[in-house]
Amino acid sequence: MAHQKLSLYQSMILILVSVCAPLGNACLAKGMTSLPELSLAHPFSLFAAVFTPWVGLGIALLIGFFASYLTALSWADLSYVMLATAWGNVVVELLSHFCLHEQVSFQRWLGVALITLGVAFVAPGPSRTVRPALSDSAPLETLVEKGAPQ
Amino acid sequence: MNFTSLPVLSASFWAVTAMIAAVVLSSTAGEVLTAAAMKSIGDLDEIRAHSGLKGAIVAVLTSPLFFAGVFFMAVAFFALLFTLNHMNLGLAGPATASLTVVTNAIAAKLFLKENVDRRRWTAAVLICIGVYFLAH
Repeated sequence: MAHQKLSLYQSMILILVSVCAPLGNACLAKGMTSLPELSLAHPFSLFAAVFTPWVGLGIALLIGFFASYLTALSWADLSYVMLATAWGNVVVELLSHFCLHEQVSFQRWLGVALITLGVAFVAPGPSRTVRPALSDSAPLETLVEKGAPQ
Repeated sequence: MNFTSLPVLSASFWAVTAMIAAVVLSSTAGEVLTAAAMKSIGDLDEIRAHSGLKGAIVAVLTSPLFFAGVFFMAVAFFALLFTLNHMNLGLAGPATASLTVVTNAIAAKLFLKENVDRRRWTAAVLICIGVYFLAH
């Protein structure tokens, strides 16, 4: 089914996709940086990290991201949904600068701007999945193969 | 081990590259498989309208492609946890996210048969330059 224009509900889903992912990642970063350094020699220490508060909140936000992401993928193309995800790069930089007090240099801001510009090229293109609806013009064999009622 | 400063061609540089590559490749595999699953399932809003939320959940959970996608996303998640433990979010977040956009475009063309035109390749170059500035 082709969607020529996003509804308010669909726009809200895309906003959730773009906001939940960076917020979840920020919570994960806050939780993981407060833990002792992990080593590949003790891989199960990663599972213990899941039950710390900040990592737990990050996981909850990422579950919200995943639910809205699945919904978006069911009516939009993968490359279209990527727009919402990539817009989160700006949110990540703002969060890391203002919340995690990480230093964000001019070059990194320039990098974020270029990435955003690049994604802006991708997004307006033919990114929607257009699935031809079963109609009278469709060949009978096609309808039979798709299991359509005759 | 702390990778906040990255002299090019040093061991730290290659360690960071390996960690980001692990996140990006596993994430791309997961997202492409999930997208293929959702495309085969159809519009979730319509399914929910006809069969309710339970019907939509059943439609998703009975798709083998979805579980394959979730597996690779789980790999990407733990790879990201490990990466965030060794480098800051301001570098790991945008680098993995933007590179995933590029690899998704390539994978979408190869595996999902999506139309990736000249405009998208131009965008891929812009994103790669942006990632260079982020990691520099």
